[in-house]
This record gives sequence, structure tokens and C-alpha cells, in this order.
Amino acid sequence: MYRVRLWSVGHARGLNRLYTGFERLLVRLAPLFRTIGYQRLERPFAAVERGVKGLLFDCKMCGQCVLGSTGMSCPMNCPKNLRNGPCGGVRADGACEVNANMRCVWLLAFAGAERMPGGIDKIRAIQAPVDRRLEGHSSWLQVVRERTAPASTRAAP
Amino acid sequence: MKFEDEPVPGYPLPILPGHVSPGRFERVLRAGVFAVTTELAPPDSADPQDVYARARVLDGYVDAINATDGSGANCHMSSLAVCALLTRVGYAPVMQISCRDRNRIAIQGDILGGAAMGVCNMLCLTGDGVQAGDHPQAKPVFDLDSVSLLEIGRMLRDEHRFQSGRKISFSPRVLFGAGENPMVPPLEHRALRLAKKVAAGAQFIQTQYVYDLQRLRSFMRGVEDLGLLDRLFLLVGVGPIKSARGAEWMRRQVPGVHIPDTVVERLAGAQDQAREGRNICVELIQEIRAIRGVHGVHVMAYRQEEAVAEIITRSGVLEGRTPWHPARDQNSADRKAS
Repeated sequence: MYRVRLWSVGHARGLNRLYTGFERLLVRLAPLFRTIGYQRLERPFAAVERGVKGLLFDCKMCGQCVLGSTGMSCPMNCPKNLRNGPCGGVRADGACEVNANMRCVWLLAFAGAERMPGGIDKIRAIQAPVDRRLEGHSSWLQVVRERTAPASTRAAP
Repeated sequence: MKFEDEPVPGYPLPILPGHVSPGRFERVLRAGVFAVTTELAPPDSADPQDVYARARVLDGYVDAINATDGSGANCHMSSLAVCALLTRVGYAPVMQISCRDRNRIAIQGDILGGAAMGVCNMLCLTGDGVQAGDHPQAKPVFDLDSVSLLEIGRMLRDEHRFQSGRKISFSPRVLFGAGENPMVPPLEHRALRLAKKVAAGAQFIQTQYVYDLQRLRSFMRGVEDLGLLDRLFLLVGVGPIKSARGAEWMRRQVPGVHIPDTVVERLAGAQDQAREGRNICVELIQEIRAIRGVHGVHVMAYRQEEAVAEIITRSGVLEGRTPWHPARDQNSADRKAS
């Protein structure tokens, strides 16, 4: 919902902290996830993620969340899907070039990032193009897998 | 300025030390002269002569010609094809690549194809939304954005591989550039966006129309603060406006165009509005030229391409040099013979 999304950006600092803590918790639970099996967890995780992030951020389930690097403003809401900053078509009043009733996703991103420690620096990082295969998948599980993958390969005999 | 080792038009020049492309445009930029580029509106036709006719009116006034890629989301002859036609006779085209219409498979293919046909300069753009053009019912692609496109271009050239990681056997030797719009929000972060493009591989920048020097100056201060001044060649976008009504139309219809009221009022008050539009453009070029870190101008004169010659001549930025064009050396050879 657009209004909730604006609220989320306004509370980017708190949400980001909450999010980072949640991520840490998930990573700690990795052994449990492995026991149950990521395959089996994928659907329920994706469903919860869709519900929660859909409400808070108008999440589009790209499966490779970068909210922490975009001031908690989901870049997939940009009609051009821009993940590296605003296009040159932003209107004088800050509205989106394509949808005049929506504020530019990247103006929100900068506003959110300014509320987060080191937020603007994170926007500087270049985001790789979206891997379209991950669409609809849980990015939470993806993060856990990525964070724990090297350790698990080391642990393997 | 002349480059004595220029072979047959359409054949690549030798790549000089420190250069990435065998192109004339990179030579002009690196030689440190004030560069002039312009854009050619690709025709709504399949006749190559339409392309050559549009290029000919620019002969002797510009160092490179941008071939737009469905600009304003309107359908025209493709940028790749226009560039291929132009390189055949020796022009230095800038191939514009927009992310709106093609995915990464098509775009990477076009970069290789363009380079194979002698295109030495490519401009990586996001592209206007489809709502702006004549096919608003089309599917907007936007598989990449301008920054990831730049990175892929640099990867093809310097790491000899596709985004997938698969190797290519001969790299496209291309000078990559990007656009930037210092005139629209977020004004305070536009320089950061530019820095990202430079980090991703942009070596030259052509900006959107600039009619507001105050905004340009503050943008350039941001660029300087980020330490980017000597890391890129920056060409500022300018263009003549035909009338006050035309200015209003541009403000309303063309995404990202900012024209201050003072400019519109000056046009409205003039007897010959088209002439006043050219006067404003000449004055802008002269002031822009004095700004530190500006390496040239990009003249966009949509539907008044014949005005480019007059504007460039009156602005005096070429300082007596004649940029290469197919007939240039022919003429001087004839003169020598007679």
C-alpha cells in the first residue's frame, strides 16, 4: 500500500535496525533450516515474506532484496525497475516520470537513506542486474544460504 | 586539428596509447579541445539516403553524431543501423543504447555488432518510459539499468566476457558514455549518481538540456567535490527553442526538461522567437564553455538540425578548426591541386 510504503521510508532507521536483527536471527537458525530442508521451507517463507514486505514496502518479490541499500524504498516499485538511482525524468515536484501520482522511488530512497547510518554510502554501491530466475522466491532464505554457504562447504568432509 | 594517419573512411584508426577505441571522437576528447556533438533524429523510413542527408547538414561543425535509440519512446530507424550507415562513410557516431526496449541478450549482441561495424562510442541510457511515446501500449523491458549496462559494456571490453561469464574472442573497442540530468530532482544527489556511472565505466557524459546555469554550476561543484573532474569528459546538453509555445510543449511533454520561466518570457517577448531561441543557445554555450570541468557541448536541435551550423559558428567554440567530415580532406586536396 502506497501510504504504508511512505510510512516505512519515514521510519527507515528503525525498520532497518529491526531488519538487520531479524536477518541475524535467521542466519543463526540456518542449521535448523538445513535440517528441515530449504526446498520444503521455500513456499511458506515466500508466502510470509510476500505478506509482510508486501504490506510494508509494496514488495514485488524480486527475490534479491536490496532494501538496506535503498533507504528501505523498494526500487522494484520504480516503473523502470531502476536499482542504481533515479532516471533523468523525475518531475519538478518530485513525482515519477511514468506515474505522476507517485513520488519517485529514488527520492524516497534518498530520504530514507539519510535517516539510516551510512545509508547514502550504501546507495553508492553498484547493484548488479536482477536475476529474473529468483522472482517469487524468498530473499530471506536466499540471504541465509549465501551467508552460510562458505561455512557449510568448509564443514563438509 | 587533423590526424595525419587517417586511412580510408570507414576503416578504423590505430588505437593510440592510453586510448580504448580506434575512434576519432576519443582522439578529439583526449586532445583537450572543446568538443561538439549533436544528435541525428533517425528517420521514419528505410531509406539510407535519409540518414546521409540528415548527417550532411552537420558536416564540418561536429565531432560526433549521436544516433538516438527510440528517443521519447517513439519508433524510428534503429540506432545500430544509423550508426552502421554513418561509419561506412567515415563519420564518428555515438550509438545510443536504451534499456527500455531490449534485454541483456539483445543489448550485448548489439554492442558486439555495433563495434564490428566500426562504432567506437556508445551511450548507455535508461530510456524514456513507453508512456511518453507513440506506442504507450508496448511492454517496457528495463531488464538492465544504465549503470548495470555500463558495467556490462566495460566487462565485454576489458574482461572479454558476457554478463553470463562466457568468454568472447575479440572485445568491442568502445568508449562508453552515459547521460545525466543535473536539472531535475534530487538535485543534491545528481553528482553522486554521476559518480556511480563513472565507477561503472562511463568515460564521457552527455547531459540532458541545460537552460539553468545556476543548477549546472552547483552540479559541477558537486562533481568536483567527488573528485571526478579529471576522470571523465563532460559535454553539456544545449539546444535552440523555436518559440515560447515550443518551450511550454517541451516542459509538458518531454520527460526531464527544465526550462526556467525567464527563458520562456524572453522568447515570448522577442519579435523573431526562433532567432531569439538560437541567440539564447549561443549565449548558453559561451557561458558553459567557461565552466571548469566542461569538455564540450552536445547540441540537440530536434527538427531544426540546420540551425546547428549557425549556432556553432556564432558561438566560436571550434576556434577555427574544422571537424572531420567525408568531404573535408577531399576539398583541401582539390584546393592543393588547383
